[in-house]
Amino acid sequence: MSNSYYKEEDLGKFGNIGEFQKPMADKFFAWYGEVFAEGTLTAREKSLIALAVSHAVQCPYCIDAYSNDAYEKGWSKAQMMEAVHVASAIKGGATLVHGVQMMNKVNEIGM
Amino acid sequence: MKSLKAQHSILADAHEQIEIFEHGANHDDDYRIVPFQQKLEALNLYPLKPISLEVFQINVGKMCNQVCKHCHVDAGPDRKEIMTRETMQQCIDVIKNNPSFTTVDLTGGAPEMNPDFRWFVEEIKKANAAVKIIVRCNLTIIRANKKYYDLPEFYKLHNIEVVSSLPFYSAERTDNQRGDGVFEDSINALQMLNVVGYGVEGSGLILNLVYNPAGAFLPPSQQSLQQEFKTALKKDFGITFNELFAITNLPISRYLDYLLQTGNYEKYMEKLINAFNPVAAQNVMCRNTLSIGWDGFIYDCDFNQMLELKVNCNSKHISQFKYDSLHQRSIVVNQHCFGCTAGAGSSCGGTVAE
Repeated sequence: MSNSYYKEEDLGKFGNIGEFQKPMADKFFAWYGEVFAEGTLTAREKSLIALAVSHAVQCPYCIDAYSNDAYEKGWSKAQMMEAVHVASAIKGGATLVHGVQMMNKVNEIGM
Repeated sequence: MKSLKAQHSILADAHEQIEIFEHGANHDDDYRIVPFQQKLEALNLYPLKPISLEVFQINVGKMCNQVCKHCHVDAGPDRKEIMTRETMQQCIDVIKNNPSFTTVDLTGGAPEMNPDFRWFVEEIKKANAAVKIIVRCNLTIIRANKKYYDLPEFYKLHNIEVVSSLPFYSAERTDNQRGDGVFEDSINALQMLNVVGYGVEGSGLILNLVYNPAGAFLPPSQQSLQQEFKTALKKDFGITFNELFAITNLPISRYLDYLLQTGNYEKYMEKLINAFNPVAAQNVMCRNTLSIGWDGFIYDCDFNQMLELKVNCNSKHISQFKYDSLHQRSIVVNQHCFGCTAGAGSSCGGTVAE
């Protein structure tokens, strides 16, 4: 039998977190619902942002949920992959830009 | 691609499909999912009863020029079952004698491929000039053969409301579901409909589009999607239309086959069940609709028709139409009905619980 910290069926149990601490869970889900509702950004646009962020934070539950949601909302495969590239570019760039810090340090101590 | 029937698939048998609803894909006696009936009982809606008899939906045959992957009719060029003129005449008599039917909804297959289609429309109009006639047109039929090029003019002449399937405003998703080249032909057909006034503001000629998901997922918000379709079709092709109906795919026939082949069946059923909406359950279309099969048998809806679940009363055929009996019947339900109650609900006219 496979054993993993992440279980697909746990995504469907997210709502149960209120069993241990209801007031905070209620506030979180109310806020979450409002965040993803139609606003100055459409629910569709927010879904694509959520997909990109899901990859940046590397959350399997979020990737599952927002791959479904973004595709349901009509984003194409290519658009979804471009969004993941945006997340990856920021993640990669965030690492690489620290190279400047490295250069500063080396230049400081080198002759 | 052939129909399931032509492939001699086991799923061409309606009983096999119901067996899967009740015992799962592996015919497991321990298979348990919540029965649809139980959901209705909790709402005091079981047995499900009609509210009125307003929509008279007639499936004039399974013959079609397309073989769509999601088709619950298992329609295609190899299907030869079509309604005869004699059965059509029996339908006309019922429409004439029962004014509660305010809408006649013609579907198929491609209804226009029935050689008596135009005669049927004309006779329905003669029988009841006030009745609204809807034709569910797959669009590509208009481009399939020269003899169909004048269909937009024919629809206009009889003030028919045209409801057309267009799964998406891009070629990729449309062709994945409906076959290569379908998107391009559909766009051409929509432009032909626009030319005669269909979907054009102020013309009074109604052109509605149908979206259904190209995959194992539920439709998004109908309202948002309609706006996206309107913007994209206008910008890219200069096309206008009236409303978009977002319809959920029901796990029947070729869509059930797709779900099983791709390992999506159980998850899809779970999605439908988790999205059960009591408001949608109150408003399901079978409460104001009758569905007539190509051979004249009567059903609660087009989905029950494909599952061969005839109405549960003593008026099972159009030749023995009994209004009171049908009005008082209990509607036949099974697990596929979760498709009409998920999320904002689903019907031949789109969502039912916004």
